[in-house]
Amino acid sequence: MTLGGINYHELSFAQRLSVKYFTVAMVLFLAQMLFGLLAGAQFLWPDFLFGVLDFNVNRMVHINAMVVWMLYGFIGSIFWLVEDESGVPLVGPRIAEATFWVLTLAVTVVVVVYLVVQSGPGNQWTLWLINEGREYIEAPRWADIGIVLCMVAIFYNVAGTFVAGRWSGISGVLVLDLIALAGLYLAGMFYTTNLPMDQYWWWWVIHLWVEATWEVLVGCIMAWGLIKTLGARRRIVTTWLYIEVALMFGSGILGLGHHYFWIGTPEYWLGIGGFFSALEPIPLVAMVVHAVYDAGRHSFRSNNHPALAWLIAHAFGNFLGAGVWGFMQTLPQINMYTHGTQWSSSHGHLAFFGAYTTIVVAFIYLAIQRLRGDVWMSAGMDGAWRWKWALALLHIGMVGMSIALLIAGYEQSFVERAVGGSTWQAYFAGQTQPWFVQAMWWRMAFGVLMTAGLVLLLVDFLRAGAQETRPIKSLALPQAAAAGG
Amino acid sequence: MAEPGTEWWASESFWRKCAIFVTAFMALVLVLLTFHTLTVIAAGSEAGRVPAYSVINHRIGYEFDDERNHMVPVIGPVAPLFGEALDEEAARALVDHGKLTVQARNCMNCHTLLGNGAYYAPDLTKAWLDPGWGNEQARELLMTMFLKDPPANARTFGTGRRMPNPHLTDDEVRAVIAYLKWMSAIDTNGFPSGFTPLPQGDLRGDAS
Repeated sequence: MTLGGINYHELSFAQRLSVKYFTVAMVLFLAQMLFGLLAGAQFLWPDFLFGVLDFNVNRMVHINAMVVWMLYGFIGSIFWLVEDESGVPLVGPRIAEATFWVLTLAVTVVVVVYLVVQSGPGNQWTLWLINEGREYIEAPRWADIGIVLCMVAIFYNVAGTFVAGRWSGISGVLVLDLIALAGLYLAGMFYTTNLPMDQYWWWWVIHLWVEATWEVLVGCIMAWGLIKTLGARRRIVTTWLYIEVALMFGSGILGLGHHYFWIGTPEYWLGIGGFFSALEPIPLVAMVVHAVYDAGRHSFRSNNHPALAWLIAHAFGNFLGAGVWGFMQTLPQINMYTHGTQWSSSHGHLAFFGAYTTIVVAFIYLAIQRLRGDVWMSAGMDGAWRWKWALALLHIGMVGMSIALLIAGYEQSFVERAVGGSTWQAYFAGQTQPWFVQAMWWRMAFGVLMTAGLVLLLVDFLRAGAQETRPIKSLALPQAAAAGG
Repeated sequence: MAEPGTEWWASESFWRKCAIFVTAFMALVLVLLTFHTLTVIAAGSEAGRVPAYSVINHRIGYEFDDERNHMVPVIGPVAPLFGEALDEEAARALVDHGKLTVQARNCMNCHTLLGNGAYYAPDLTKAWLDPGWGNEQARELLMTMFLKDPPANARTFGTGRRMPNPHLTDDEVRAVIAYLKWMSAIDTNGFPSGFTPLPQGDLRGDAS
């Protein structure tokens, strides 16, 4: 290995595969940002690309690129840690390699069809070949089936490698969580005439992914990351992971009920959904405590400062975006007015970024460190301004955008819902209020800032650690301190 | 078994058991509730929350319910959509075509349905009852005209936002309207809040 060079061929097979997954993830992240800018611009200039790339197309690519790049980031992270955690090489390298290319080809075809064909006649063929027209899981049915097959292949590799090697608390939780995650996708793969029935199962996929199984998945990745960046003790990290699983599933599974307030489902969901979803921030508080405790316990001494900074950002971002922003509108008494307004969009933006973007970025920094020959990635390394400014710009951009959307959401809840009575005229009265219009401008400005941050981040991914010649340092605690911890 | 030097409540094994039991219990409760909810939300079930598809043969009202303290859909006298009464199966097929069309044209990435979707265009939950159509007599004609050529018939209320032309066939237009009429009769626990429907004829007497 050469310090500061590119050591791609010295990586293990599974780690080289991770690099591929991370690369596609970042291409899609950039695509998500660009289509988000287009959609945001259409709020300001409605004639922009009218009839060519309409809002619904841009918005669909925006959210689908996000779901897919985050999954790619998770898969990349899992392949990165699977050999280290199990102690044996990947069991099915050829299948793993083929899966990556099949999945990436499928994603490419889906996106091209979204952009070129866009929509089709009102029959089953459109749903099978072009677009299912269901938010977040628009991918046509053929792609659904392909995705499930790829997930089975990936699961075979991950679970098989742990079976061949050794199990740990982290890998046990990870494997069980992957079964749930893949199985839940099946709930979104059928058609029904009945809209409440449709949305009932649709939320099983959306909610039980992002508010349950994805959270536990990143909990596993975070646990492994804390051991690696801080040298945190495995027993403490694993215990925290179990606590988080208990709290996350304990609140999040029935927290699903907060999506069943207004879709035709029975009234008992108002109580169940309100109560359990109000508890959902608790595991996120636990995560903050956990991360800050571990970082403080190790005096923030880390061999990879950018990764540690993004892990801390994950703990706080998850708590604020998913926890606080979600809690603000989760009780039915307020959700009656906020459901289906920019309030939800504010929560969605901050939560996905805080909970998931951050952890994938942290993990990519861990991968880069290894790619650069296990160099010391410190706050003072050559060109460190890049990762610091990328981190700052992305966060300022995202927080600014979320607050702008939140103000738009407040305004909509009052003007359209509470005062206007939720008619179409009231909707447009809300949309033309100066406060709403100003919020859309601010959202756009912060979106541009965020995009600049992303470009800088991508440059840093290519350059971080390049000139570094100091090797990684051992993070073992002094004997006396370790005995007490 | 607790690790040496660790209290039982802080031990790995205790929390592993907690994680397993809590997850299993919550999943079980969700499955049981799901069985019940699915019977309640079947179209035309006795619970009356999700109407049978033939509800499109009736006038649909929206009235304040004193007991529940919010607005609820009321199924009124016979008032067939486009003047043509359909049996349950034909009504289901028409609504089905409408839902397929709404999905195929990706309506949900501008509009919300039951509040879910995107926020670029108005919610469609009560589209059939929106006072913007003026009155009951003109509604079917105005909806048809609008859906045939939305850009030409756009009323953007000062936002400049127009609906692009989805190039719906005549059959698709009728199906979408049937779907919207059926959707407006779903009991949504009073969502969207404070909604006032367009003026309609008597909900308890004759349709005339």
